[in-house]
Amino acid sequence: MYAQMVQSTGKGVKSSEDMTPEERAFQARIDAGEKIEPKDWMPPAYRKNLIRQIGQHAHSEIVGQLPEGNWITRAPTLERKAILLAKVQDEAGHGLYLYCAAETLGVSRDDLTEMLLDGRMKYSSIFNYPTLNWSDIGAVGWLVDGAAIINQVPLQRTSFGPYARAMVRVCKEESFHARQGFDAIRKMADGTPAQKRMAQDSLNRLWFPALMMFGPPDKDSPHSAQSMAWKIKMNTNDELRQKFVDQTVPQIEFLGLDLPDSGIQWNEEHGHYDYTDPDWSEFFDVLKGNGPCNVDRLAARNKAWDDGKWVRDGLMAHAKKKAAAKVAAE
Amino acid sequence: MSTPLKRDEAFLQFLLRMGDNTLILGHRVSEWCGHAPVLEEDIALANTALDLIGQTQFWLGLAGEVQGEGKSADDIAFLRDVWDFRNLLLVEVPNGDFGHTLMRQFLFDAWHSIQLGRLLKSSDARVAAIAEKTAKEVAYHLERSADTVVGLGDGSEESRRRMQEALDYLWPYVGEMFQSDDVDAAMVAAGIAPDPASLRDEYDALISRVLAGATLTIPDSRFGHKGGRTGKMHTEHLGHLLTQMQWLQRAYPGANW
Ligand SMILES: [Fe+2]
Ligand SMILES: [Fe+2]
Ligand SMILES: [Fe+2]
Repeated sequence: MYAQMVQSTGKGVKSSEDMTPEERAFQARIDAGEKIEPKDWMPPAYRKNLIRQIGQHAHSEIVGQLPEGNWITRAPTLERKAILLAKVQDEAGHGLYLYCAAETLGVSRDDLTEMLLDGRMKYSSIFNYPTLNWSDIGAVGWLVDGAAIINQVPLQRTSFGPYARAMVRVCKEESFHARQGFDAIRKMADGTPAQKRMAQDSLNRLWFPALMMFGPPDKDSPHSAQSMAWKIKMNTNDELRQKFVDQTVPQIEFLGLDLPDSGIQWNEEHGHYDYTDPDWSEFFDVLKGNGPCNVDRLAARNKAWDDGKWVRDGLMAHAKKKAAAKVAAE
Repeated sequence: MSTPLKRDEAFLQFLLRMGDNTLILGHRVSEWCGHAPVLEEDIALANTALDLIGQTQFWLGLAGEVQGEGKSADDIAFLRDVWDFRNLLLVEVPNGDFGHTLMRQFLFDAWHSIQLGRLLKSSDARVAAIAEKTAKEVAYHLERSADTVVGLGDGSEESRRRMQEALDYLWPYVGEMFQSDDVDAAMVAAGIAPDPASLRDEYDALISRVLAGATLTIPDSRFGHKGGRTGKMHTEHLGHLLTQMQWLQRAYPGANW
């Protein structure tokens, strides 16, 4: 989700006979529910996949600051401004723990950042959509953080220890964000006709992009099997998407908003809501860089990084001087 | 000859000066969100902005109480025009580069921490309570901004040059913090707040120490722009800031958010 379409490095799942003894022992530990720690032996492909997945997740937290930051200076009350600032600060903190988790695998935060900035690494498609009215801030917390939780709660049990532990901390904060987001959009849905119109507009615009967060349909998601065997992915895309729809439809009804998809209908037989699939060609366009905000988002991150170079260099130069002075004094 | 200000009128002005400083600076700092030079700074800037907005709720909340017209902190923040704002000019100037932003933060934090230290002894228990609640946050802001000013001043050649430029640009906005008028006289008489001029020596000692560590030179001139804390003449920048900050409240009056 925050990591969509993570390119798998394996060529499908190896059978036990095809594994080396090391690989077999590694898989046995995972099957037994043990955590893999950074110093443990791991297959190179496991390491590579995890770096991609955790890196993408971290980048999503960082780029995700932009659509929400877009409304901080226009937040309508002091309390809403404070809540939004605190949320965006949390997201940056999530980025930080996730980069730290990735660093335990032997990649540096700066290297990952460079890969984000030159387009070699991705971030979640959702952050390539704009936030256009104040209600979007409520909708992002409710739908986007809500979808993130559905994806990330199972990842608390993922096989790689540092990632699992980061998810425990992150999930706690994400549920807080989702509740605050719901509260914000509820105020809008219960408000004046203009506010209600904003709330409906947000829901209509963000619904399908939120469904896309879970990644392409299982039938088009060839990379999943190995990741699931390694327990770095715990559920299929479609399972999680269905869970999200089932959880969210009653909330839409509670808010008194119109459903954003005329295909949503309770299916008695399956015990789930039916829904219309998002337009997957739009999803693949966004991944290719053609979403409504891709160019602006990357440009903003690149500008921040380039403009900040003198600051990073200056602080580094200062730290070196201080270290040298300390050595001289000894 | 103007007649002496009534105590409550002066008190209201004093509270607006405190709350407008934190409101406008909090707004400026929040403009950085997602654009800082390094992730740790994004977090720190958001944290500073968040603290300042929280402090604004205290000061403007009390302002509304003292004014006695049933106005909330939000009414005061979002429904006044430029001429009614009482913040220092220093906090409304645009962010500039990261060096300008941190230098402005340092110059403000140094004053703010000394001011809150004095307000701990305010004769008004509500003022003393706000000072008590906010002084720790501001001490932390000062520690951070001072460290960053030192790190960048005594950093690379480029960072030093940029920090000196920032100091030269912002220095003329420092003097306003220490100007006294009849509002201040009434606050001193009531024991609510100190005379701003009385903070200058401590301030100069503090910033001289930090700026020396930063290898930066304090400009000679003591010239100071003024007009923010009295509301007589703000910069052109404040109006633009308010158009963003107040837009929703102005466009959709009476809505609950
Ligand atoms: Fe997050
Ligand atoms: Fe997340
Ligand atoms: Fe979140």
